[in-house]
Amino acid sequence: MTYLFFSYFKDLVGREVTVELKNDLAIRGTLHSVDQYLNIKLENTRVVDQDKYPHMLSVRNCFIRGSVVRYVQLPPDGVDIELLHDATRREARGG
Amino acid sequence: MITSYTRGRSETGEELKLQLYHLTKGGPRPLDMEFTGIGHQKLLVLLRDGRKLLGLLRSFDQFANVVLEGACERVIVGNLYCDIPLGLYVIRGENVVLIGELDLEKEELPSHMTAVPAAEIKRAQKAEREATDLKGSMRKRMEFLDFD
Repeated sequence: MTYLFFSYFKDLVGREVTVELKNDLAIRGTLHSVDQYLNIKLENTRVVDQDKYPHMLSVRNCFIRGSVVRYVQLPPDGVDIELLHDATRREARGG
Repeated sequence: MITSYTRGRSETGEELKLQLYHLTKGGPRPLDMEFTGIGHQKLLVLLRDGRKLLGLLRSFDQFANVVLEGACERVIVGNLYCDIPLGLYVIRGENVVLIGELDLEKEELPSHMTAVPAAEIKRAQKAEREATDLKGSMRKRMEFLDFD
């Protein structure tokens, strides 16, 4: 069990992300929190294709189960590649 | 890790508050969903099979198992919708896609959608299913044409 991505997502809290689910629903919102299963809580959400998902109209905050997430689209400046490289190398060395 | 959630009255009285007990220290913490006001908050639970359940949150845990009180299923076909009452529902977490808090100040559905009785929505649902089935079988038969 690695916590690399968990810590990475924790650093992204407060940023605007788009979460695309395995059922093709894409939701944009402010990342409120994330946990070990990469469950995600978003605030001020809006569905990217609102007309296709009318039932999501009044959903402002939501909890997304980690197991149904396909992609998380990140803000471009939210990726510190050097840091991720370092952490990944450390992980590969086993410590 | 042993984690349990219990529900109890807060010291201030009225509002039910969620209390979280961590019996092990420093273990990974499941996302506390911070759903306070249990029993007052209206939720939309989206399931993996595409169903949409609405109801008042009674309880939940770290697996996203949810208990909904006064649950109903919202069936939407085109511009028609219907809320079919179900009662008390316990939803196993693995079937949950998303749990949304509804903003009571906003319209739940766009104004062009109309509520219809259960019998009518069942008919519309059946018609829609037959249309997609037909489309599927047509596509299958035409597969040799190799379009796309």
